[in-house]
Amino acid sequence: MDFRRTMLGRRLAWAVLAGATLLAGAALPAQAWEPTKQVTFIIPAGTGGGADQMARFIQGVVGKHNLMKQPIVVINKAGGAGAEGFLEVKKSKGDAHQIIITLSNLFTTPMATGVPFNWKEMTPVAMLALDQFVLWVNSDTPYKTAKDYIEAVKAGADKQFKMGGTGSKQEDQIITVALESVTGGKKFTYVPFAGGGAVAVQLVGKHVDSTVNNPIEAVAQWRAGGLRPLCIFDDKRSSYTTKVTDTMAWSDIPTCKESGVDVDYQMLRGIFMPAGVTKEQVAFYVDLFKKVRETPDWKEFMEKGAFNNTFMTGDEYAKWVEAAEKRHYELMKSAGFLAAGR
Amino acid sequence: MEEIASLMQGFSIALTPYNLALMFVGIVLGVVIGVLPGLGGANGVAILLPLTFSMPPTSAIIMLSCIYWGALFGGAITSILFNIPGEPWSVATTFDGHPMARQGRADEALTAAFTSSFVGAFVAVVVITFLAPVIARFALQFGPAEFFSVFFLTFASFVGMGRGSASKTLAAMALGFALAAVGMDGVTGQLRMTFGYDELLGGFDFLIAVIGLFGIGEILSSMEDGLKFQGSEAKLRLTVVLTTWKKLLAYWVTSIRSCIIGCWMGITPGGATPASFMSYGLAKRMSPRGANFGKGEMEGVVAPETAAHAAGTSALLPMLTLGIPGSPTAAVLLGGLLIWGLQPGPLLFVEQKEFVWGLIASMYLGNIVGLIVVLTCVPMFAAILRIPFSIIAPVILVICAIGAYTVNNNMFDVWMMLVFGVVGYVFNKLRYPLAPLVLAIVLGDKAEEAFRQSMLLSQGNLSIFWANPLVATIMSLGLAMLIWPLASALKARFGHARSATAA
Repeated sequence: MDFRRTMLGRRLAWAVLAGATLLAGAALPAQAWEPTKQVTFIIPAGTGGGADQMARFIQGVVGKHNLMKQPIVVINKAGGAGAEGFLEVKKSKGDAHQIIITLSNLFTTPMATGVPFNWKEMTPVAMLALDQFVLWVNSDTPYKTAKDYIEAVKAGADKQFKMGGTGSKQEDQIITVALESVTGGKKFTYVPFAGGGAVAVQLVGKHVDSTVNNPIEAVAQWRAGGLRPLCIFDDKRSSYTTKVTDTMAWSDIPTCKESGVDVDYQMLRGIFMPAGVTKEQVAFYVDLFKKVRETPDWKEFMEKGAFNNTFMTGDEYAKWVEAAEKRHYELMKSAGFLAAGR
Repeated sequence: MEEIASLMQGFSIALTPYNLALMFVGIVLGVVIGVLPGLGGANGVAILLPLTFSMPPTSAIIMLSCIYWGALFGGAITSILFNIPGEPWSVATTFDGHPMARQGRADEALTAAFTSSFVGAFVAVVVITFLAPVIARFALQFGPAEFFSVFFLTFASFVGMGRGSASKTLAAMALGFALAAVGMDGVTGQLRMTFGYDELLGGFDFLIAVIGLFGIGEILSSMEDGLKFQGSEAKLRLTVVLTTWKKLLAYWVTSIRSCIIGCWMGITPGGATPASFMSYGLAKRMSPRGANFGKGEMEGVVAPETAAHAAGTSALLPMLTLGIPGSPTAAVLLGGLLIWGLQPGPLLFVEQKEFVWGLIASMYLGNIVGLIVVLTCVPMFAAILRIPFSIIAPVILVICAIGAYTVNNNMFDVWMMLVFGVVGYVFNKLRYPLAPLVLAIVLGDKAEEAFRQSMLLSQGNLSIFWANPLVATIMSLGLAMLIWPLASALKARFGHARSATAA
């Protein structure tokens, strides 16, 4: 990227020199682009979920700290497991006043339903964070570790244990299927619900046996003593060491790997734009999200949800997305979730 | 009595001039939002949420919840005046509210609706105040089977209740189920009945259907009647509030029953929409004036409004204590709580006493302020009907189109709304009832989802619906409601020979 910029810079230099003689005194700063009207922020999910919370939070932070002259308008386009939102961005080629926040349905929806869209038809802007997943059980159950629980599943009847999750053929079910690789051939009965909050409550009410809720969806019930975390689906423990309950911090939850369950999965919380936008336009949003991430509000939000606070832009981000897409394809394929012809 | 002390402290937080001003602003904004179809409470709260981040959390939630109350009040206005319910739970209000308006009694209907809303909400707040910790845990008992039984009860209490024949009700309901199935199937993650059209990915939104079926359909019917808007003889009676209140006292049984249904449905959390339909259905069955329902009976406005608002208010309880939103608006409010650094959950009542009791106190005050605001405006709202049809119809049409567009920012929805308008007109001509169709669109996919979740949990065994006393009671009630009209119809047929009018 640096290389390209210098090439471009040299060419520009000549052009500027030539232009400057004509337009004497006209300034031409390199990253001068700014939104000229309101920016539409699309959420490919319903109100109240994790992506929705984050997008509305960003909207609030941008407004509160005056990070942008034009307002941000948040719109939910949840239809078809988010396909509606992604198709909108695909359609809006060259529109620099539109951004979209992603969740795993960026990969899973086109693979499972065959609706034609792909991240390559959009412009990657930035990875904001990675959302974690935790294996939860009701605190009245005797399972103290992931190993205990998996042993119980192994010893039980096939499909006896019920896993509650958000959506169908999406991240929660992918993790469930991945877990089945260590349960000695015993399957879970996966029960899909509409939202993560409802899933946590179903577990507290003992209607399901376990969930793989995101931290932010289950933390309130954990603190109230209704739920017990068994392990986190990451290759290292969480970095947040502040006590969340009386005895435990996020960093006290062992990784699933160290509990003998070799499954890890994180979900992208990233930003994309329509295809066909200029480098200056992307740079504006990268800069905007850098500013958002520097606010104390953002840091507090990250800690509350125990997010993996990784930031990526440019080629690094695109490479990460490409690898994630490949991984999802493998996971979806082995789970038998791919739509016909994929 | 600890609650009373906490509540008094709450009042001292809520009763500052700044917070009272915010309450007033919130109510007025809410009424405006409620009147515009499409721009429902959820959208309104979502748009204004970011503006409140610079306020203290208690003030912010007071203002936002007042927008919520205002929108609840406002939803009744369009239902009664123009037969356009802005929210799912206002649909039942149109059944008797709009006929009253056509008879020139719009002011009475509005007063009845506003007052009932207030009564329902007030009772629910009292319940929240004193029983919050006890009943909060009740919602935990609700799994998929319990949810399905509630939806089943709602549908069952509706069959045979409509004005038309039972078979026409069933046909309309079945069409609604089919429309509700379009889009993503939540259980398998597959698309259904989209026929390759991207526009159908999201399925049919309730609001688009309702704006078309009721709003546009109504205008088409009125045009046929000779461009005359019935109800233009609406009188301006300034004492209407007092005279209507006197009449309302007679309906205290219906009020109490509706409050109970509403609170129960809000807490469980079945939601305000089943509550309003169930309450209307029961009132029709049990009231001595039941035969007049649908023709402009005030009791038919009291029942759904009271229940809807009792449910809407008590739905805040599971939101605060369990973090499950009872309505889309509650979901947006929930997002707001998180941004203010408040974590909804069982510990909120312990850790954030000031916030919780400030909010509860503001529910009392917000509803009182709201009632005063909307009641003083009743003559003004009723006067809208005096505007000639040739002026008001295009305005309604434009507002409907804007409303349909706003739901998803999608032009396709506006065309869809017009199609639903024609469907609504045809339904009217053929004497098919619209309400079962709408009910099925609203609750159809939720009922299906709950049923299939139950089937997954029980491995396909129907006995899950009789697995514990709670779900068994609700299911049995539902079955009784389903058989009741059938049994009474049979009795009428064999007992007397005058079955022709009943059918």
